[in-house]
Amino acid sequence: MGMGSDDVTETFGAGFLVRWLAAVAEDVDREADRLTELDSAIGDADHGANLKRGFAAVTETLANEPPATPGAVLTTAGRQLISTVGGASGPLYGTLLRRAGKALGEDGEVTRERLAEALGAGVAAVSQLGGAQVGDKTMLDALVPAVEGLRSSYEEAGAAAEKGALATVPLQARKGRASYLGERSIGHQDPGATSSALLFAALADTARAEGV
Amino acid sequence: MRGSAQVSAVPAPVGIVLVSHSAAVAAAVAELARGLAGGGDLAPVLPAGGTPDGGLGTSSELICEAAKAVDRGAGVALLVDLGSAVLTVKALLAEGDELPEGARLVDAPFVEGAVAALVTASAGGDLDAVAAAASEAYAYRKE
Repeated sequence: MGMGSDDVTETFGAGFLVRWLAAVAEDVDREADRLTELDSAIGDADHGANLKRGFAAVTETLANEPPATPGAVLTTAGRQLISTVGGASGPLYGTLLRRAGKALGEDGEVTRERLAEALGAGVAAVSQLGGAQVGDKTMLDALVPAVEGLRSSYEEAGAAAEKGALATVPLQARKGRASYLGERSIGHQDPGATSSALLFAALADTARAEGV
Repeated sequence: MRGSAQVSAVPAPVGIVLVSHSAAVAAAVAELARGLAGGGDLAPVLPAGGTPDGGLGTSSELICEAAKAVDRGAGVALLVDLGSAVLTVKALLAEGDELPEGARLVDAPFVEGAVAALVTASAGGDLDAVAAAASEAYAYRKE
């Protein structure tokens, strides 16, 4: 473990990502009611429960059979999300992590910059899968700035994701069930962008706790 | 009963999976398609609806199980309703290896497409023909 988050040669292994996803599971568990409340305003009120189930399954799988490489951690987690979430966030987050895991390949240690690049590939796959762009009031409004921020630091990624999620409030939804509401979707924070912000807040927390 | 030699001469049919957020909808549409597809040998069609615990949603496990069960080696046409059903099948096709070789998401209206797909598959149509017939159901205007 090295000195600062701006040290681009700092590397981490599979364990760091396992601990990140465990932190996500804790945060999602704590925030599940809030996510579901946001989703009940413009969605079908299942986002919190769905993600709670999904990330609990991810944590259990990773604890029972810890993958050897950072890439395998993400592909395993992604596969688990697709199979357990039950809502649209399952294939979306599943694709994000699975594609990112593939991009990391077989390396045993990777840098933050590699992770940013890999998650960037994952975000592109999410955009393609759902056909959404930044500004459509979706998880991409948090994910795209988060990955951009991750090129600088973990803290920047967390802050950018949170800012992106808050910025969905005045937007009109153009994708997913919320888009059926038209102008009535304005004034509500997007649940998917909110859970995406949780992911990157947990990443920043994990990095800070480990001095990475 | 046909003789086994005769059966083996018939090309394997395309399998069809109907994916809905609701187990009841998927099962009912499968039943409807079987009923409307008429007499003779029907191509295999199975519902994959809802979540394994009986709730509304999409289950990749139910989808993959159904796809394997209808796969006769000639491809599997997956018809879906909306939202997570579409995204789950797309995600499985794009990233995964869980679906059988030759599985394809078919862009079609769910009910009309299911009937068209089953009629075409039962008549011996290949996967392209089944997909085209199901998609063509979009062109049928009701007003």
